[in-house]
Amino acid sequence: MDQLTTQELITKLLYLVSIVFFIFGLKNLGSPKTARRGNIFASLGMFIAVVVTLFHQDIISYTWIIVGLVAGGLLGGIAARTVKMTDMPQMVAIFNGFGGGASTLVALAEYHHLMDKAALIPGGQTEITVAISIIIGTITFFGSLVAFAKLQGLVRGAPIVLPFHNGMNGLFILATLIIAVLGIITPINPMYFYIVLALMALLGVTMVIPIGGADMPVVISLLNSFSGLAASATGFVLMNEVLIVSGALVGAAGLILTFLMCDAMNRSLYNVLFGAVGTDGGGGAVAGDRSVTAYTADDAMVLLENANKVIIVPGYGLAVAQAQHVLQEMVELLQKEGVKVLYAIHPVAGRMPGHMNVLLAEANAPYDLLKDLDEINDEFQSADVALVVGANDVTNPAARTETDSPIYGMPILNVDHAERVMIIKRSLNPGFAGVDNPLFFEEKTMMLFGDAKEMVTDIVSLLKEA
Amino acid sequence: MTGTLLVALYIFVLAIFTGFEVITKVPPLLHTPLMSGANAISGITVVGAVISAGMEAELTTTILGTLAVVFGMINVIGGFLVTDRMLEMFKKDKK
Repeated sequence: MDQLTTQELITKLLYLVSIVFFIFGLKNLGSPKTARRGNIFASLGMFIAVVVTLFHQDIISYTWIIVGLVAGGLLGGIAARTVKMTDMPQMVAIFNGFGGGASTLVALAEYHHLMDKAALIPGGQTEITVAISIIIGTITFFGSLVAFAKLQGLVRGAPIVLPFHNGMNGLFILATLIIAVLGIITPINPMYFYIVLALMALLGVTMVIPIGGADMPVVISLLNSFSGLAASATGFVLMNEVLIVSGALVGAAGLILTFLMCDAMNRSLYNVLFGAVGTDGGGGAVAGDRSVTAYTADDAMVLLENANKVIIVPGYGLAVAQAQHVLQEMVELLQKEGVKVLYAIHPVAGRMPGHMNVLLAEANAPYDLLKDLDEINDEFQSADVALVVGANDVTNPAARTETDSPIYGMPILNVDHAERVMIIKRSLNPGFAGVDNPLFFEEKTMMLFGDAKEMVTDIVSLLKEA
Repeated sequence: MTGTLLVALYIFVLAIFTGFEVITKVPPLLHTPLMSGANAISGITVVGAVISAGMEAELTTTILGTLAVVFGMINVIGGFLVTDRMLEMFKKDKK
């Protein structure tokens, strides 16, 4: 290896300090007591890395650096400060996309720079790593944009399946690899890499667009992993250790979450990505001959007030209706009446990993009321009421028995073991999986049709009057 | 393949394993903050972007580099701030 100048040595040692901060940061982010400190460690690591880089010997002018730092910092800062907690999934998705995009841009910038200096060797490691960086970074950027658009409601949340979808994606990948190789062996022509970029942009879109809304926790954590790997690939282009290591750490973290989410649905990553399961609940057929009984807020209030134990099952509908505050208010009123209330949190409820936890924390729901699937499932037997707010598939008993159901095998919350089940829902439309929920038609089930927020608000005012 | 590249590969593989080790058994409460904090770290690519934007190479590199700084900073600042906002909320509910 080359002899380092003193400045290079100091730079690299400080990068090592950054890496240590990142590792401590991630470690601390894994435990509730230390999480906030962890985030501060990680941001300190980033601060050190950026400041050290400002002294890099290749930097001649600071004009554009400052423009970029200020513009990006302001945009990110304002977005982070103003975003509503209910919009958090799409915010995380878009931030993530920008990271992936940045990695592609850096790889391309370096490529042009070396081309200009005539320093590219056909088939050399720079060409190869640039190609990899463009491929991963671009998929991340465009995939995240589509995820953002779906979550923001700009694009239909339901899977959009084009004809020969998987075959087409296969062709995209094949074409990309061929053109990438051409680009690698003919480094005087950047055109090939721009074709690769365009193809990967298409692939990013066509890969995410058929994925149903409720599979979003998997997609978002996978894209998170990709953005790390993209940074790592760019690190290989620049031969920069801090990029390689930090990117790899994030890549690993994202993968862990991805598989955790897949496990929670008992589906393989392949099935989530290529299965195109689901309808997003838009206008599915309602089983005509079975009847359900619609109840009112008064009925619900009486039952809830007289219960000993109530378990609330929140879902994405709670976030959409923004009913988390009033729901927690209801919980507090019930607690005053001596009712024991718990929240049952399914790992994939909502649109990102941990979505319900964030939502309920915003409403000041005490952490010890929030129970995981494993902790709570045996408690339903002794519960008088299971109140389902905006959740559907995670409560569907069909997952246990119907082998041909798309959600068969998914671990569900045993709400049907409770004495009574109350479901607040806008209509009888099926959930994302497009399957009827037999729970709706059971005798012990009370359907409360309406917007979650209005319904819970009604119950709250009745409780206050009583 | 140069020795430098080989060492870089070693570092990469070891870092992946470190990542797996550091982040096992995270409670669901922290899934979102962990994801968004890690996400902010992936903005480390801004380090490469700063050099590209500042080295006064030809115009294309400067333009791509500057855009990369903007993208990277959105990721970094946005990611860390949003994570902090969430964690602050969690702390608040412990009282």
